[in-house]
Amino acid sequence: MATKGVVKGIVSNLVTVEVDGPVSQNEICYISVSGVKLMAEVIKVIGQNAYVQVFESTRGMRVGDEAEFEGHMLEVVLGPGMLSRNYDGLQNDLDKMQGVFLQRGDYTYALDNDKIWEFKPIAKAGDKVIAGDWLGEVDENFQPHKIMVPFTFKGTYTIKSVAPAGKYTIEQTMAVLVAEDGSEIDVNMIQRWPVKRAITCHKEKPRPYKLLETGVRTIDTANPIVEGGTGFIPGPFGTGKTVLQHAISKQAEADIVIIAACGERANEVVEIFAEFPHLVDPHTGRKLMERTIIIANTSNMPVASREASVYTAMTIAEYYRCMGLKVLLMADSTSRWAQALREMSNRLEELPGPDAFPMDLSAIVANFYARAGYVFLNNGSTGSVTFIGTVSPAGGNLKEPVTENTKKVARCFYALEQERADRKRYPAVNPIDSYSKYLEYPEFQEYIASHISPSWIEKVNEIKTRMLRGKEISEQINILGDDGVPVEYHVIFWKSELIDFVIMQQDAFDAIDAVTPLIRQEYMLNKITTICHTDFNFDSFLDVMEYFKQMINLFRQMNYSEFKSEAFFGFEKQIDALIKEREANSTQK
Amino acid sequence: MATKAFQKIYTKITQITKATCSLKATGVGYDELASVDGKLAQVVKIIGDEVTLQVFSGTEGVRTNAEVVFMGKAPSLKVGEQLAGRFFNAYGDPIDGGPIPEGKDVEIGGPSVNPVRRKQPSELIATGIAGIDLNNTLVTGQKIPFFADPDQPFNQVMAMVALRAQSDKIILGGMGMTNDDYLFFKNTFSNAGALDRIVSFINTTEDPSVERILVPDMALAAAEYYAVEKNQKVLVLLTDMTNYADALAIVSNRMDQIPSKDSMPGSLYSDLAKIYEKAVQLPDGGSITIIAVTTLSGGDITHAVPDNTGYITEGQLYLRRDSDIGKVIVDPFRSLSRLKQLVIGKKTREDHPQVMNAAVRLYADAANAKTKMENGFDLTDYDMRTMSFSKDYSEKLLAIDVNLDTTEMLDVAWSLFVKYFNPNEVNIKQVLVDKYWKE
Repeated sequence: MATKGVVKGIVSNLVTVEVDGPVSQNEICYISVSGVKLMAEVIKVIGQNAYVQVFESTRGMRVGDEAEFEGHMLEVVLGPGMLSRNYDGLQNDLDKMQGVFLQRGDYTYALDNDKIWEFKPIAKAGDKVIAGDWLGEVDENFQPHKIMVPFTFKGTYTIKSVAPAGKYTIEQTMAVLVAEDGSEIDVNMIQRWPVKRAITCHKEKPRPYKLLETGVRTIDTANPIVEGGTGFIPGPFGTGKTVLQHAISKQAEADIVIIAACGERANEVVEIFAEFPHLVDPHTGRKLMERTIIIANTSNMPVASREASVYTAMTIAEYYRCMGLKVLLMADSTSRWAQALREMSNRLEELPGPDAFPMDLSAIVANFYARAGYVFLNNGSTGSVTFIGTVSPAGGNLKEPVTENTKKVARCFYALEQERADRKRYPAVNPIDSYSKYLEYPEFQEYIASHISPSWIEKVNEIKTRMLRGKEISEQINILGDDGVPVEYHVIFWKSELIDFVIMQQDAFDAIDAVTPLIRQEYMLNKITTICHTDFNFDSFLDVMEYFKQMINLFRQMNYSEFKSEAFFGFEKQIDALIKEREANSTQK
Repeated sequence: MATKAFQKIYTKITQITKATCSLKATGVGYDELASVDGKLAQVVKIIGDEVTLQVFSGTEGVRTNAEVVFMGKAPSLKVGEQLAGRFFNAYGDPIDGGPIPEGKDVEIGGPSVNPVRRKQPSELIATGIAGIDLNNTLVTGQKIPFFADPDQPFNQVMAMVALRAQSDKIILGGMGMTNDDYLFFKNTFSNAGALDRIVSFINTTEDPSVERILVPDMALAAAEYYAVEKNQKVLVLLTDMTNYADALAIVSNRMDQIPSKDSMPGSLYSDLAKIYEKAVQLPDGGSITIIAVTTLSGGDITHAVPDNTGYITEGQLYLRRDSDIGKVIVDPFRSLSRLKQLVIGKKTREDHPQVMNAAVRLYADAANAKTKMENGFDLTDYDMRTMSFSKDYSEKLLAIDVNLDTTEMLDVAWSLFVKYFNPNEVNIKQVLVDKYWKE
């Protein structure tokens, strides 16, 4: 019999419910408030009192209102038909809701029971299978969506039958499995999974090593992220976090992109709604929306479901990973999620940690990032969840709990910087402070050597060193004056400016410059390092500035031109002529 | 507040603090309004049969045997056409001596718009101020604050923007406004003959500070009526949101909540977001645009209020007195309109984005040159030219007394480029240089 309860106390969305039976931590219950059922989650139990966080406004709730417990934790429904959908943090389909305003207690089903899918069996009768093994597949927006043995199944099963190829709805039985004890279980296309548990139906989780191309030069060239890698983007407001994140989600070479808009602006989500159905995936030529799932829990939507939203997104990402797909998960912003935890911890009157955040924040963040990764599935195929989270540090100060705890676990760090943004050097990723730990992975270095060029990593490290040197020299010039340092110093400084303007900076709003394919990045890196190795003759620092400004302008025009187009080669010719003009004859590198 | 016959009257208050009082009562809904000896209060906590009320005007003089009546509803406003031209207090009661308006009673602080029902903002709001229209273009459905020091003329600029913008209604929410500023707005709007399209909810410094908490929700409930039901373009002015946040901090402090950064409640981000996110472009043409003011203390934007605001709003505008020209300008460095990308070069001339960026970049070079000069270094010819450019740029474009249309602004910018620079110094796409560079 399901446990029932009555409301005893209300403080904002924290409600105390006196229960008449067993409840479990994180169990879901529904509280009836003036005829509407509001979803809530158990977050603390003392004696007969369960403390629940309500995922909606508690306005009008009274002592004595009734609660019904569901016997399970917060779950998502998994099955074909999730791509292109817009969900809220609890996986309600936003498009199915009526009216302009979100009415509380309005819960909509995440999938479509009537839609017909073209099924092709993969497994056959007699096969031994375990949780996560593929039984068959349907075509979902041109992705092979695998129908799997439900993740909750324990032990080995023998397939009794698999449905023949044909048209089915998600509720129809696709396979019959026989458990070790001889009982028969029907499996359809739907499964459920509690969001706070990781799906671990894979054989092995090796270190990731394959480059995930994003088309953003400051990432791919300078600080690459890999399939199954983790990264985070901290930055004060106004430094272009969202623009960078959208650029990555548009351009990344992933099969599935999941965007969790967690406590951020609604208009930013609207931008995705408006643009993605028209934009084309640069890798497949299909519409971006076809590979995208949006979890929109914007800042004005209930705080408690903000926390749920990142877990919902991660669980869906893991589900697609089990199909052997490359999934990219973006969460904007993990700070809002941490703030949601803080609000609740505060209402629970827990002893606060730094900045009033809960003490276990670091463990929560670490566990979440650990769910990303590159995996070998039981059948030998590979899949990945790459996770990039943004962090909105209070006051732009990176020494705050969310940034610090994230830095401990994320392997790539893209530091957006106010000063660069003020100078309109976009993307405002600081080329010196940012890092990618993957550059140090021998597996990654090997992969790059065989897939791009053996000298790539060396050149990348060189331009980074040059950026650092350039910064040091610019500080010296600021102290000593232009005349106070040798002309060669100016040359070194301007070479670093060349790297900054041509490689690190990129115009996200220009159709061509916004996406730089890897082959073009390689060309640019080679071209720029060659110039950096060239010795030039200059008489005064004024000539140096003049000369490099000209050079930078030509390169920028080149960046705006189609790769290897007539215009492109025109600028290349002008650049080469410009190099000749000043090249020192003594050295020929 | 008249009591109705069937309402139960409680007369035993068990606890009184500066802002709250508690009593034993049953059948009370969360967020419900109550009257404590005629003072308006709201339910903020229920533990068993003990109900805690937040008394908006403060608990001075509240007796332990005060008459408490629960009203069975959350704070609400009667919305209708009769709101136009009127001035109200934080409770929505008239303060202009006029009659109580009639209309539909709606609860304030209502539900959020479903994000999939929103439309992408795409309509430019022209203000004639180049610091805004050229560099930080505003769009309907946007929310943007002025980050200003208390001595800056933000209310004047805001009134000017409100009157020049083509909106159907202007809703003014004043929180902790001085009486002088209240009269300034009243006079400015009535002199402009615009009173009939303005609705004001005013809490002045003379009113109890906790009442301020109601003002934004009142203003936005009125705005939603015009935008959703009448499909009108509504501009909401909220000044000053820092006073609102301070009132929140007082309440949370009285409720024994653990403060987070700068003594602000841990929920500040969500509280502010709930207000600002009411800005919306609706598919049927109605829109709510919010222009707010967040006053800073000593220009510190890392304080919790401006910091959280910056993460919520779609940009921010800074005013600054430019010492070169002795006028107030809209600061091109720190100001930002996030939604400008939706209109610039699309609703305005194609060269807008590049011209805007080039001008700001050159202005930044001028700032560096000034630093060099102050440090006693020799200036190059380029440094000198950027400094001359920056002065002209401030005078002819950034100053808030400029009133031009966007195309004129772009032409002025090009003429300044031509006057001081070579084409390769401005870093603009060649095709645009070919078209607009006129020696």
